[in-house]
Amino acid sequence: MTHLAGALFGPFLEFAFMRRALVASLALAIGCGPVGTLLILRRMSLMGDALSHAVLPGAAIGYLVAGLSLYAMSIGGAIAGLAVALLSGVVSRATTLREDASFAGFYLTSLALGVLIVSTYGSSIDLLTVLFGSILAVDDASLILVASIETASLLVLALIYRPLVMECFDPAFVRSVGGRGGAVHTVFLALVVVNLVAGFQALGTLMSVGLMMLPAAAARFWAREVWTLSLLSTAIAFASSYVGLLLSYHANLPSGPAIILTASVCYIASLLAGRRDSVRTRHLVRSHIHA
Amino acid sequence: MTAADAEVAAGHAILVRDLTVAFDRQPAVHHLTGTFPAGSLTAIIGPNGAGKSTLLKTIVGLLRPVEGEVVLSPPGDIAYLPQQIEVDRNFPISVLDAVLFGFWRRIGWSRGVTAAMRREAEAALAAVGLGGFERRSVGSLSVGQFQRALFARIIVQDAPVILLDEPFAAVDSATISDLLAIIAGWHAQGRTVLAVLHDLHQVEGHFPEALLLARECIAWGPVETVLTRDNLRRVRQVLDPWATDAMLARSHS
Repeated sequence: MTHLAGALFGPFLEFAFMRRALVASLALAIGCGPVGTLLILRRMSLMGDALSHAVLPGAAIGYLVAGLSLYAMSIGGAIAGLAVALLSGVVSRATTLREDASFAGFYLTSLALGVLIVSTYGSSIDLLTVLFGSILAVDDASLILVASIETASLLVLALIYRPLVMECFDPAFVRSVGGRGGAVHTVFLALVVVNLVAGFQALGTLMSVGLMMLPAAAARFWAREVWTLSLLSTAIAFASSYVGLLLSYHANLPSGPAIILTASVCYIASLLAGRRDSVRTRHLVRSHIHA
Repeated sequence: MTAADAEVAAGHAILVRDLTVAFDRQPAVHHLTGTFPAGSLTAIIGPNGAGKSTLLKTIVGLLRPVEGEVVLSPPGDIAYLPQQIEVDRNFPISVLDAVLFGFWRRIGWSRGVTAAMRREAEAALAAVGLGGFERRSVGSLSVGQFQRALFARIIVQDAPVILLDEPFAAVDSATISDLLAIIAGWHAQGRTVLAVLHDLHQVEGHFPEALLLARECIAWGPVETVLTRDNLRRVRQVLDPWATDAMLARSHS
């Protein structure tokens, strides 16, 4: 028993870097849960992915200017991500190109630019750091940054929550009552970018979107209201982080992929056995309630 | 609904002046002029692509005219029912919350929903035959029940002008007759109601006024002067003959 407790909690009691990693992932889970949930409800799951790629050149430029400074790379990444989000919005409103197509155009440009910058001016190890992050290297300064970003993200989300939810459900109605759906949409995209930036030292630009989408997708098979979905995806994200960190510690695996793969296991398990619209409820449960 | 009755009875007319709305320079509504009188109950009919939904969306402000204008006189709130395909029917939200959105103009981004509002929403749900469905998820409702819930949202909005875009598409007949009774109630309260419809028998039976649209106005006025064989034939000359044949067939059956 003590052996088990030692395996489950020992690494966190013993090592400060493990504790910081755990706290950072708690902060990320709190921010990413509701944002990921709303991304899925807005049918924008892949936009999150696109934005995570778009962040790269900004982070790279930040790195060139200030070295491996999390603040510089975060600010650069946020600017690049917001630029892609805003430009795509403008293009889809000004032309007939749909928003997802203009997103694809801009994020691919941004990604190529980022890889170009990093491979021309940095070493390949830097590229790996930017792409995949390292949650075990989170220090106090970056912990404070991540916690502040996620706190701000939660506050802003609370502010736009009602029109945002309303707009997902019935966009024409929102516009008919003057609910300013366009502005809310833009603020929400900014929140997505900011959350991805917060995740990127811990998980890297490519993996941070995983902590946003996989728990939210898994929660969809259990909960049935927006707020319960959000809470549940936060819980799944944090649990995945905890299990993933333990796996990476005991089995000597890279921490980012271990966390995301744990979240993937939650997703697949929910998909198969969840309470609502899962494979189990759709195909395996034959009997119905007899009144 | 009692306190608002007097205000509603004053009536709000919708004035349409030389209205043209176009998509990519193709006019969907072409030089339409006329008035939906205060307190009128009008069915908007016409074949697919005749500009019916476009007209409603322009009145509510979702589309901008290229020419002409729509004026609500005196200015007031409009309650708008979008076509069902525009609403995410599987959205994870409770029926009560969906109806409470009808209070948007009063609660806005941040004000709380009061107990009185909650009671009003519950009463609206009871009025549309969905009493006891408050905690159910919207996704668990049938098409007809979902449309009832959206009607409850309109009741809660308590607007002097109500626009309904194809309220009965794919809805079962029991629901249609309940919803027609609610529409008649709104008419009796003096609200101005416009509904895009396809079934000409519903129009004849329940709507005193009609607007027959085929991009331009074919006929507008008391329903018996609009739904004439000649008018329906004229639609054919303006638009796709196939769509009009289907409409004529429905009027004969």
